[in-house]
Amino acid sequence: MLYREAGQFKATYAEDSQIFPIRQDKIGFWLLMLVFGVAVPLLTNEYWLKAILIPVLIFSLAAIGLNILTGYAGQLSLGSAAFMAVGAFAAYNFILRIEGMPFLLALVLAGLTAAAVGILFGLPSLRIKGFYLAVATLAAQFFIVWALVKFPWFSNNSSSGVVTAQDVTILGYTFVSPEAKYVLTFLIVSFMALLAKNMVRSSTGRAWMAVRDMDVAAQVIGFRLMRTKLLAFAVSSFYCGVAGALYAYTYIGTVEPEGFNLDLSFKILFMIIIGGVGSIMGSFLGAAFIVLLPIFLDNVVPAIFGDALGAGFVSNFQLIVFGGLIIFFLIVEPHGLARLWQIAKEKLRLWPFPH
Amino acid sequence: MKLKKTFVLGAVMAGLLGSGLATANEEQFIGLPSYRVGPYAAGGSGLFGGWIDYMQLVNERDGGVNGVKLTWEECETEYNNARGVECYERLKKKGSTGNSVFQPVSTGITYSVLDKVAQDKIPMVTIGYGRTDAADGRIFPWVFPMITTYWSQASAIVNYIGTKEGGMDKLKGKKIGLLYHDSAYGKESHAIMDKLAAKHGFEVIKIAVAHPGNEQQSQWLQIRQAKPDYVVLWGWGVMNPTAIKAAAKTGFPREKLIGVWWSGAEEDTIPAGPAAKGFIAAGFNVAGANYPVVADIKKHVYGKSKGNMEDKTRVGSVYYNRGVVHGIITVEAIRKAQEKYGKGKALTGEQVRWGFENLNLDDARLKALGATGFMPPLKITCADHEGPGKVKFQQWDGNQWKVITDWVESDRPLVRGMIEESAAAYAKEKGIKPRDCSKES
Repeated sequence: MLYREAGQFKATYAEDSQIFPIRQDKIGFWLLMLVFGVAVPLLTNEYWLKAILIPVLIFSLAAIGLNILTGYAGQLSLGSAAFMAVGAFAAYNFILRIEGMPFLLALVLAGLTAAAVGILFGLPSLRIKGFYLAVATLAAQFFIVWALVKFPWFSNNSSSGVVTAQDVTILGYTFVSPEAKYVLTFLIVSFMALLAKNMVRSSTGRAWMAVRDMDVAAQVIGFRLMRTKLLAFAVSSFYCGVAGALYAYTYIGTVEPEGFNLDLSFKILFMIIIGGVGSIMGSFLGAAFIVLLPIFLDNVVPAIFGDALGAGFVSNFQLIVFGGLIIFFLIVEPHGLARLWQIAKEKLRLWPFPH
Repeated sequence: MKLKKTFVLGAVMAGLLGSGLATANEEQFIGLPSYRVGPYAAGGSGLFGGWIDYMQLVNERDGGVNGVKLTWEECETEYNNARGVECYERLKKKGSTGNSVFQPVSTGITYSVLDKVAQDKIPMVTIGYGRTDAADGRIFPWVFPMITTYWSQASAIVNYIGTKEGGMDKLKGKKIGLLYHDSAYGKESHAIMDKLAAKHGFEVIKIAVAHPGNEQQSQWLQIRQAKPDYVVLWGWGVMNPTAIKAAAKTGFPREKLIGVWWSGAEEDTIPAGPAAKGFIAAGFNVAGANYPVVADIKKHVYGKSKGNMEDKTRVGSVYYNRGVVHGIITVEAIRKAQEKYGKGKALTGEQVRWGFENLNLDDARLKALGATGFMPPLKITCADHEGPGKVKFQQWDGNQWKVITDWVESDRPLVRGMIEESAAAYAKEKGIKPRDCSKES
């Protein structure tokens, strides 16, 4: 009843091609931005900001990165965490070694470094496909982490390979409080998410999708495969790199190469599978699901079963429930949470007269 | 009428609750970032089990620390840095005075919260892991890498080899293999081993094992070719039993294979089977259930069926006893801090930090705790957050660990010099001004 587009006419091409063609969606979007950009930092406490919301945002960005590559361009990758590591260590070294390096510029340079590395490891994608490509990107995962441990220059000769992120300062203001860090992360992530949304709707995104659906056909109708695939690798790695830099600077504060291991790559892959392959919105939903559910279970399960069962059992039980829920969601909706959202919207349009 | 009744009832309830709070005993909260699932669950379940059992013992036997009951809550980290940070944030405000101490038992999580503990004024204790140069308390006032660090351990192992060879001068020209886990943890051994090699004139052969380390054919081939006199096993998890088995296969004497404290538990030797017989490992705590403190736990905690371990045979194992050491240090620091800030009171993290910094577990105190020989005597000062830096060596006899040495010292001047150098570099990078320890009370 409320969610209906009747009476909203599009008179120009610009109106027809906006991100949110329906007015209610637009209002909803700005409400969401207001809630998460203004109300949340004002109302929630440090724990929520530092331990829950910031990581969800950062992992959403990484998931968008992987979604561009896997969901839109169809190139399976298992190296997302390694590209995050490149971003984190690149930002650290740019700020450390160049006097007066502005943070935002370092962030962009970190993304570009990750993009360059991504292009390098994307080269095999021109010859190999599918699972074989996944194995090739696995090489990136191991090689990058190995290189960061092997060459002490990357970590400024720290004996253990761990680096501590410098303070984040923009225009003389130092981001220390969790609120400030959250708002900074929020702005960067929402800006980049909008950028990604526009990118996948433009000719670039359409080229990616053409390559994903059938690369031979795409080549026949004139898309240059090498350029398209490598661009996908570059953009994807750029997003992962920025996410990695944010992970170091606004979230954890200290990073070690082992933190960006294969487990994290898998986690990001699960985020897009659960959230929705080929959906920007799905990246956010998937990241929230994968980050929040274990924490939720860790709060709830011991409270219910804690006394009756041993601590070891409770911990394992959480993993069982977590795995079970993933399987449940995939059976109910193989296209991910984003698809569920879409179905809900379609139903809502017809409500309350579905026939 | 109904409204009035509700008000009265509410007031009575509030009164009851209020008076209940007023008469309740003081409680000291300790947050436990434990890991009971994942690749390191075997160590985590033993260690946190021992720690919880010791705190339970203090509650059951003594009625808490000067009447202050200890309370705790576990938070599952899965040995994952992001989860560890979440647990740190979740636990830090719990209890009436907040979390007293954070002991992540993971080097990765240690680094992740290193800056946060200083801001939140919660001491962080890292026993036998974590950031080595944090032993310089002038630059890291909130971090306590207690008892011993990786660098002290490496030095103690070399000293032990020296005494076995009949003097440190006999090390000249010897070859020592260093079979290490290829990670930040394993690489922690390089700098100190190089220094020691230069000092004593032996040669170090560094051989990396990629995580997880369940395939070591080429590494042991390399060892067979190089023929080192000793091999130091700087391993973790499945890498340890694999290395022990590979040593048996290549005919390398197990008596010359010396593990670090993360390589020397029952979980490392039992899977290796008979091959492990003779294997030696360092440890800042020993195995065994016949120490009075463990006997007390059996009597007061397991006797009342309040024990934390599901498998009671693990009580007295290396990891379990390590957890008891964590418990002893935590409880004694709280006791010490109460001497200054009021006996029988719940303390804040900042106050407990003072307790850690002035901790002095001498022989008499250890005897009173029933832990003589169980852990080395420990004295912490403002400048030195490490303490003795001593380890004992134990040998696996096929069924259990047997202690074969007394506490072996490390090369303190050398290690301390490296710590101060590294900490100073950190202070410079971060712009930290070292504390003046003569002004601390």
